[in-house]
Amino acid sequence: MEGLRRTYGQVVALDGLDLTLQPGELIALLGPSGCGKTTTLRLLAGLEDADGGTITVAGRDISHLSASKRDMGMVFQAYSLFPHMTVRQNVAFGLRLRRVSKEARDRRALEMLELVGLSAQADRYASQISGGQQQRVALARALAIEPKVLLLDEPLSALDAKVRAQLRDQIRRIQLELGITTLFVTHDQEEALAIADRVGVMREGRIEQLAPPTEVYSRPATSFVAEFVGLTNRLPGEVRNGRVSVRGCELPLVDAATPDGPAVALVRPEAVTLAVDEGQESGPLVGTVIAITFLGATSRVTVDLGSTTVMAQLPTADAAALAAGSQVTLTIRPDPVLVSVDKVAASEA
Amino acid sequence: MVAVNVLGEGALADPSASPPGMQVGRRKRLNLFRWVTFTIFGLFFFLPLLAMIRFSLEGKKAGTFSATAWRQIPSTPGLLSAIEITLELAVITCAVILVLLVPTMIWIRLRVQWISRIFEFLCLLPLTIPAIVLVVGLQPIYNKIEHYSVSALQLFWVYVILALPYAYRSLSAGLTAIDATTLSEAARSLGASWFTVILRVIVPNMWQAIINALLLTSALVLGEFTIAEILNDITLQVALFNISRATANAGVLFSTSTAALLFAFALLLILSYVGRRRRRGRA
Repeated sequence: MEGLRRTYGQVVALDGLDLTLQPGELIALLGPSGCGKTTTLRLLAGLEDADGGTITVAGRDISHLSASKRDMGMVFQAYSLFPHMTVRQNVAFGLRLRRVSKEARDRRALEMLELVGLSAQADRYASQISGGQQQRVALARALAIEPKVLLLDEPLSALDAKVRAQLRDQIRRIQLELGITTLFVTHDQEEALAIADRVGVMREGRIEQLAPPTEVYSRPATSFVAEFVGLTNRLPGEVRNGRVSVRGCELPLVDAATPDGPAVALVRPEAVTLAVDEGQESGPLVGTVIAITFLGATSRVTVDLGSTTVMAQLPTADAAALAAGSQVTLTIRPDPVLVSVDKVAASEA
Repeated sequence: MVAVNVLGEGALADPSASPPGMQVGRRKRLNLFRWVTFTIFGLFFFLPLLAMIRFSLEGKKAGTFSATAWRQIPSTPGLLSAIEITLELAVITCAVILVLLVPTMIWIRLRVQWISRIFEFLCLLPLTIPAIVLVVGLQPIYNKIEHYSVSALQLFWVYVILALPYAYRSLSAGLTAIDATTLSEAARSLGASWFTVILRVIVPNMWQAIINALLLTSALVLGEFTIAEILNDITLQVALFNISRATANAGVLFSTSTAALLFAFALLLILSYVGRRRRRGRA
């Protein structure tokens, strides 16, 4: 996709978006509502027309091709099985349109249903299977036509947490097994980071960063990415000589060329560690625990430092030693951090 | 204290629990109310029908039974042809409604939603225009058409207009009940043309609405009198009216009316049976 542009009246949904998917790759587009991720998917599927730009698949310009001729398999956010057809008929629908013989399409439909583990439900109707199963059938249906690109438009968002995690892993397994190029749209960062080869974080119709999940998380390209992906502490500080000083802590910067001056350092909760220290009465990194949130293997501890609060993510066993109201001393791991130097951030400093 | 706890636990365990005697009493009262309501409405609807049937079976002497009026139906001048024309009109009107309205409404829902309000207004407009006004407007057109000696079947034009609001409402409900946009997009991404989307994906999922629309249209055509009478076309209702003026054939009037009513009932049963079978297949 090159220079894709789409507007709805005065609203710019896509503002010259460039994106290239490598064969067999799974890219997850992540971003807040209205950032243009679903629009990107719909333009690629041909369900909407772009105002400008080109879409090329395997060297062929398909920008002006209708949706029915693009050979894109798509799974939708809403349940989209045809209610009047059985599961098998749904999966075979695309093949029927391609005039594949009945025997061949039945065989292929069963193969696909086996792939998603639903061959036993082949003769049921959509209303007779669960939501998670419906989405798996929709996946089988999209894969049955051997699409050039598989498009997944938040297919897990209507499912409960457990089914969502299972189906997410199943989608990834099948994608790797078939080696199918896939574009996955989601607003769930955990989903995107868990499933994708590369994650594209979108904002206002543009991709802010396109990189492997670990890089997006640990080396965010912009303050927006840092704050959108994962939790971030915004700590006022001062940039001097390529380092930022936060409450007496000197932290290296991701971008060493950041100009000197007041700024807000974006620090991950897992980069903050705590030590119980009742003896220490005051200090820039001494504070009081105000909340402990149990997250399973880890817990999030919120500490009040007076002028600001800081979140720390600790193993639950360590957090168990703390209680609300206890006095702690913070230590910030000297990982390279991003700083936000916009006007609002500077005023906070 | 203990007693309070025990009572509390009981109430929590089954909040709907109430003394058995009270439940039985309430159920009895509900049953009684149901039966009384059914009986009153049943009498209200069925007594005139029974009276009509009884009258159609009246013999020459008061209090005797005879099927003469029923036997006279085929020999009553003009009646059979009126029935034939009315049935043909029902079929033609249903076909036109089906061909005209179903694809248009689906297309508007999928592609040009911004005109849906205007379209709805146009479709519901005939409800607000009295039949007599409609005829006054249509008379000059029909006068011109009559130059070419077209049969009473020409009435289907105006019947299509009359049936529009009812058919529209029914089809609109059917379209709202399904996620037509997502279904069509899923089908399009699988390679379906717009024609295939409408015919193979949307229409099969709104059969019940289509059947209801056809039923309402048929009922309207079978019962329409005013326009046919003013335009001097002999349909079933006009023929019945003509018979009613010839008092000697009053028995035929009632037997034909009963037959028309039974036909409408049969049609209703057949269509609802077809709809139920399709639904049951999926349930």
